[in-house]
Amino acid sequence: MSWMVWTVPTAIFFSSIAAMLAGMTIWEILSPTIERKGFLPIATTRGDRLFIGLLSAAFIHLGVIGFTSLSIWIALAVSAVWLLVLMRWG
Amino acid sequence: MNNKVPNNRAWLLVLPMLLLVAFSAIIPLMTVVNYSVQDVLGPNASFFTGTEWFKSMLNDDALQAAFLRQISFSLIILAIQIPLGIGIALIMPKRGWQASAVLILITLPLLIPWNVVGSIWQIFTRGDIGLMGWGLRELGVEYNITRNAGDAWVTIILMDVWHWTPLVAMLCYSGLRSIPEAYYQAARIDRASKWAVFRYIQLPKLTNVLVIAVLLRFMHSFMIYAEPFVLTGGGPGSATTFLSQSLTTMAVGQQDLGPSAAFSLIYFLVILLVSWVFYTTIMNMQKDKSPHGGA
Repeated sequence: MSWMVWTVPTAIFFSSIAAMLAGMTIWEILSPTIERKGFLPIATTRGDRLFIGLLSAAFIHLGVIGFTSLSIWIALAVSAVWLLVLMRWG
Repeated sequence: MNNKVPNNRAWLLVLPMLLLVAFSAIIPLMTVVNYSVQDVLGPNASFFTGTEWFKSMLNDDALQAAFLRQISFSLIILAIQIPLGIGIALIMPKRGWQASAVLILITLPLLIPWNVVGSIWQIFTRGDIGLMGWGLRELGVEYNITRNAGDAWVTIILMDVWHWTPLVAMLCYSGLRSIPEAYYQAARIDRASKWAVFRYIQLPKLTNVLVIAVLLRFMHSFMIYAEPFVLTGGGPGSATTFLSQSLTTMAVGQQDLGPSAAFSLIYFLVILLVSWVFYTTIMNMQKDKSPHGGA
């Protein structure tokens, strides 16, 4: 595993992604998702919304890192709020 | 309302594929993520740099220019190849030996490896021995891909159109062949014009193959490397240096593994975003049209 040059932050990052996927699987088994239309222009399932949320989170982080001098934690907080909004009302 | 509970056991059948993808794509990608936040000098000698590489990559002027060039290139070749491919598919013979002959002729460029395509065009466009370069010069046209950026661009686009339009044409051809004759009969009864047949029968039926064509061509062209590298080497200056060539120079030429890891992640995210937007938009357009579609 040493060739993968793991660091603590990236390990936490991938663990959270894995936990999200596992959580989504359990949620899906307990109550299957229904495709619905929220404020997004397309009808989405729960998994679609998670994907959209994570992808936009990546771009939010890139934007904050590249073009502002704000802390990366602000990007993380904004992304987390955006992800929750998206999951609930998207 | 759809009250059917989907049977998810089919997902188990995907597991072997998932394992393969894990080894060929997911684990290497995770490694790239790890590299992107460190300065790795060798085994057991690495420093955590956080977001520094990402910041410098996003603000790199040369990379931003390469990114704009890359986007323009992909948009231009899509705008040419998709309509041209549909057009060729429409006029291709439908049956008999002519159909097979045309299919083989059209497929030929697809069989040639990328770097060979680059070499072919490099020789073809040379002013002293190349048919096109020499011919244009004899006609009195100032044409030199090593000196004139415009010439280099036109040649690269021409080369890509020559190499990859057949793929679009073949996909469209197979899409057109799968339209039942009954549709055309109905159109004849309605005395529909050729344009109406194309607009309301052929084009909608082509949507699925066009999604594949647009996605394949976008991803291919966004990652184009060997052809311009052999043809122009990215020049004149950096006029035809696209993203993958910048990345290779950085990763292999200079061994800057941290910055190039950060850069490839940005590159990957852009491709992921564009492909997803294409796919969702086109699939959704289709869903709105079909009477049984929607949730």
